[in-house]
Amino acid sequence: MAKRIFNIWRGDATGGRFVEYHTDVDTGMVVLDVVHRIQAEQAGDLSCRWNCKAGKCGSCSMEIDGKPRLACMTRMDTFSPSATVTLQPLRAFPILKDLVTDVSWNYQQNKRIPPFRPRPRDADGRYRMQQIDVDRIQEFRKCIECFMCQDVCHVLRDHSRFDTFVGPRFMIRLASLAMHPLDALDRIPAVRKEFGSGMCNITKCCTEVCPEQISITDNGIIPLKERVVDRFFDPLMWVKRNLLRRSA
Amino acid sequence: MTHRKDAWWIAPFLTVLGFGAFIVYTTWAALQGEHYWYGSYLSPFYSPLLFIDSSAAGAAPLEHAWFGSWPTWWPAMLPSSPALFILMFPGVFRFTCYYYRKAYYRSFVGTPPACAVGALPRKSYLGETALLLFQNFHRYALYPAIAFVFILYYDAVLAFFHDGRFGIGVGTVILLTNATLLGCYTFGCHSFRHLVGGRLNCFSCDKQTQLRYGTWKRVSCLNERHMMWAWISLFWVGFSDLYVRLCSMGIIHDFNTWGF
Ligand code: SF4
Ligand code: SF4
Ligand code: FES
Ligand code: FES
Repeated sequence: MAKRIFNIWRGDATGGRFVEYHTDVDTGMVVLDVVHRIQAEQAGDLSCRWNCKAGKCGSCSMEIDGKPRLACMTRMDTFSPSATVTLQPLRAFPILKDLVTDVSWNYQQNKRIPPFRPRPRDADGRYRMQQIDVDRIQEFRKCIECFMCQDVCHVLRDHSRFDTFVGPRFMIRLASLAMHPLDALDRIPAVRKEFGSGMCNITKCCTEVCPEQISITDNGIIPLKERVVDRFFDPLMWVKRNLLRRSA
Repeated sequence: MTHRKDAWWIAPFLTVLGFGAFIVYTTWAALQGEHYWYGSYLSPFYSPLLFIDSSAAGAAPLEHAWFGSWPTWWPAMLPSSPALFILMFPGVFRFTCYYYRKAYYRSFVGTPPACAVGALPRKSYLGETALLLFQNFHRYALYPAIAFVFILYYDAVLAFFHDGRFGIGVGTVILLTNATLLGCYTFGCHSFRHLVGGRLNCFSCDKQTQLRYGTWKRVSCLNERHMMWAWISLFWVGFSDLYVRLCSMGIIHDFNTWGF
């Protein structure tokens, strides 16, 4: 069997370059297997992050042929046998080594989000909510924190607006709290001002790359933007809230 | 700029072509001011008819005008086309639509042209803050758009009656399809989805919120395919105008039960 060609970015924070590797690919292999084979046979110091090899831990995110993908879920039979496959680290985050980036900025954003604050219990000491109230939120709970949506979001990736926008992963975390039937905190002003919902221009790349097929933009960000409109831009809602004293 | 090897540029390219063709055709058709009526068919670009200039070729009969004959204050340099009064409503609705925003931000402005393809360089990126804050008024473009769906249905129903006689023609089917497609687009709107139920946190709380939940679920079904409805309804509305126009100009013949 002819060897397959891989162009892998090697380097660290100070710089690096693409190095070409030729290796055999067996039936059923995924990109992560190839990285491991190259590690074992040709480049013992090649770094990559992985954990579950089942698409569930979100560690093995990298850019494969220019697009963020999970290396453990990208099957080699999806590439033409003669094609050179390019592997690079996530572009939006600082490089640690080879295919590994420092994604700690994301954890810092997570900490900025005030945690779930439930309203007081019902008179009998219970909390009540129905499945139909939490279906929407459960979609967001599928997130495996691979941060590929954060990587592909042009607000962060191209415009480096890390100071103004938390990114799609945390917009859906905010959405899951804002839509929660028991959460009592008013999160909408912060969604707009501190977390920067207005920076997103709904171009949907986050949705395109999400390995969990979460409709990040349609079900998370746009509903949040609409809630921001209710609060800050809709004169009728203002009248309802302030003059009629009804919740709006 | 990118390491993508697939043909990422095809989608923005087709979008520019599609929108470009539609804008050119619509502008041309709107400026004609004639041949928008045939038998009982009214081109959707010209509905509702606020005023009618009866001297124009292929104009609708005067009794179809909401406010009568063509106003004398109309500037002479502009064509007396009823389309000019109304096209801005669907225009603004589509321009501020979340799907169209995505499409033209990508293909016309390049922020970004495609995913993981470098955004076109610009001094500073402000997203939908600052100048683009007006996009937040999309829901106010939605309200007239809902009225338009009903108006177009009304036109489609009227189209079945020619000189008081019920009949069916290719045109009636086209106009009915047009109103339906526009309905699927309009009622799948993200703002509509939010207003009918999405803004609630508790769907199960009482009878009213349960009802809104049901509506929200149905709107969500349309909303999932919002891009598809956006394109099909866009194409069909242009096609409907073209059909009525070509019939009115005598270039094609409408098959119908009235036998004209
Ligand atoms: S839709 Fe918004 S959050 Fe998602 S990638 Fe685009 S700009 Fe970023
Ligand atoms: S939302 Fe999707 S793409 Fe983003 S971190 Fe979660 S699983 Fe990954
Ligand atoms: S190794 Fe866990 S998602 Fe790939
Ligand atoms: S979001 Fe597309 S019409 Fe409102």
